[in-house]
Amino acid sequence: MTTDTMVDDRVHAPDGDGVPVTLTINGERHALHLDPWVTLLDLLRERLELPGTKKGCDHGQCGACTVLIDGKRMNSCLVLAVTRDGAEVTTIEGLGTPDHLHPLQQAFIDHDAFQCGYCTPGQICSAAGLIGEGKATSREEIRELMSGNICRCGAYTNIADAIEDVMAQQGKAAHA
Amino acid sequence: MNRFAYARPATIADAAQLLARPGAKAIAGGTNIVDLMKEGAETPDLLVDLRRLPLHDIRETDGGGLSLGALVPNADTAYDERVSERFPLLAHAILAGASAQLRNAATNGGNLNQRTRCYYFYDTATPCNKRAPGSGCGAIGGVNRIHAVLGTSEQCIATHPSDMCVALAALDARVKVHGPDGERVIDFGDYHRLPGDDPSKDNTLAAGEIVTAIDLDAFDCGHNWTYLKLRDRLSYAFALVSVAIALRIDGDTIVEARIALGGVAHKPWRVVEAEALLAGKAPDDALFATVADRILAGARGHGDNDFKVELARRVIVRALGQAVAGTPQTIADKRIA
Ligand SMILES: Cc1cc2nc3c(=O)[nH]c(=O)nc-3n(C[C@H](O)[C@H](O)[C@H](O)COP(=O)(O)OP(=O)(O)OC[C@H]3O[C@@H](n4cnc5c(N)ncnc54)[C@H](O)[C@@H]3O)c2cc1C
Ligand code: SF4
Ligand code: FES
Ligand code: FES
Repeated sequence: MTTDTMVDDRVHAPDGDGVPVTLTINGERHALHLDPWVTLLDLLRERLELPGTKKGCDHGQCGACTVLIDGKRMNSCLVLAVTRDGAEVTTIEGLGTPDHLHPLQQAFIDHDAFQCGYCTPGQICSAAGLIGEGKATSREEIRELMSGNICRCGAYTNIADAIEDVMAQQGKAAHA
Repeated sequence: MNRFAYARPATIADAAQLLARPGAKAIAGGTNIVDLMKEGAETPDLLVDLRRLPLHDIRETDGGGLSLGALVPNADTAYDERVSERFPLLAHAILAGASAQLRNAATNGGNLNQRTRCYYFYDTATPCNKRAPGSGCGAIGGVNRIHAVLGTSEQCIATHPSDMCVALAALDARVKVHGPDGERVIDFGDYHRLPGDDPSKDNTLAAGEIVTAIDLDAFDCGHNWTYLKLRDRLSYAFALVSVAIALRIDGDTIVEARIALGGVAHKPWRVVEAEALLAGKAPDDALFATVADRILAGARGHGDNDFKVELARRVIVRALGQAVAGTPQTIADKRIA
């Protein structure tokens, strides 16, 4: 028998019973067995019944699928879930609740920062990531660092207003 | 996506051994390979997840240099204080690429090894010598606005799409790789290749080899650097043409010039003889134009991308002006100085 035909316990075969993965999603621990081709976006929406995260392009080009992975914003459509074993994921469902909105959720309402709302969960998760990163100090920098979120309704001006507002509330904006 | 086997080795030796198998491909951040797998442009039999390998650090090296681990995210690299202070050109080139989300996921090793954005390479219904050797090139005689004007071949006119790599080329980085036969170091200029008669190979990595780090020696150019990127929209778009410049200037004299172009070839484009024309000279627009002509010698469009030759000429002259003045292009302010 050659090494190639031997069963190699380092390799999960495609027809096996899946790869063991543990993910903490919105504070809840999930021990899962997943096929390696399942994206984090499809896992959230199709298997864990968390449809708040949206699928726009499925190719990293729109930002609708943005979630926070270990506190960093990323496009969940381009993340294979098995590659993030042990990670903590926060989706729009984990940021606030209908009774206790996240400040960004409230600011998006106050500033009328959406029309159809399809890009909004991604915008809000991305804005949460942006504020956490702490690199934006001006409106121009907010616009540049939010460029990974496309809004086909064109609510950009109000989205920037909402984010500036929250940054000002938190004392993070250089000039609002 | 095709069905594939998956492994997440914990050691570099294990990873190299797994990657030497036919049909094996590495995954790091996944922002490029997952996209290509969804299109069927990549169909690995075995996906080797590199994320557990101990390549997550940026380390100090002798003389103020840095060694950038292959798995460090692009964003963490750009925002690392040592990188942004010692190699602002690299930090800015990284931040000029993709989006904040993508830069958080993308890794340094993945950025180097990302594949072309040629539309035909992505579209499995069309011929492409890179994806399916011998099938032809859809871009020659097809839609080729984003394609190369330098170093092309009859077989392929694709560009390498990275911004980061353009800065790394200008900074004379070295790529550290580890394979089944041990470690070797590749000069950045020799890492990516021209398409020639084998466009399926983007670079000189051998089967089973993994990029472990990118090494940089100190290069003090003060404020005399810039990364100027021109694209179809002002953010979140690949370069049509970009240029990375780092100058060492003494008084009124340019001592050393490094100029690398992106968006124009299958690899970051450098012409050292053109850079040498600036050494010992005082900055001057006519001289800059001569240098640009020399860099672009032999440049040729393929129809839709004819504009790139003149655009590149102007971008080089403009960027040399920015670098000499010590006013690098900023990312948030979209006006070109
Ligand atoms: C919408 C969009 C816009 C973008 N815009 C830009 C842009 O403007 N400028 C720009 O520069 N980039 C841009 N990118 C590309 C992005 O920078 C790359 O996708 C990213 O850098 C790839 O890194 P990764 O870790 O995610 O790689 P992966 O997708 O994991 O891997 C990419 C390739 O590298 C190989 N690989 C990964 N790590 C290693 C290693 N250590 N050793 C050997 N091989 C390895 C993989 O096998 C694969 O072939 C964009 C991407 C998208 C989706
Ligand atoms: S330019 Fe290269 S990558 Fe594009 S279709 Fe032709 S061979 Fe394929
Ligand atoms: S759905 Fe992920 S970026 Fe569009
Ligand atoms: S609100 Fe409709 S896409 Fe942004």
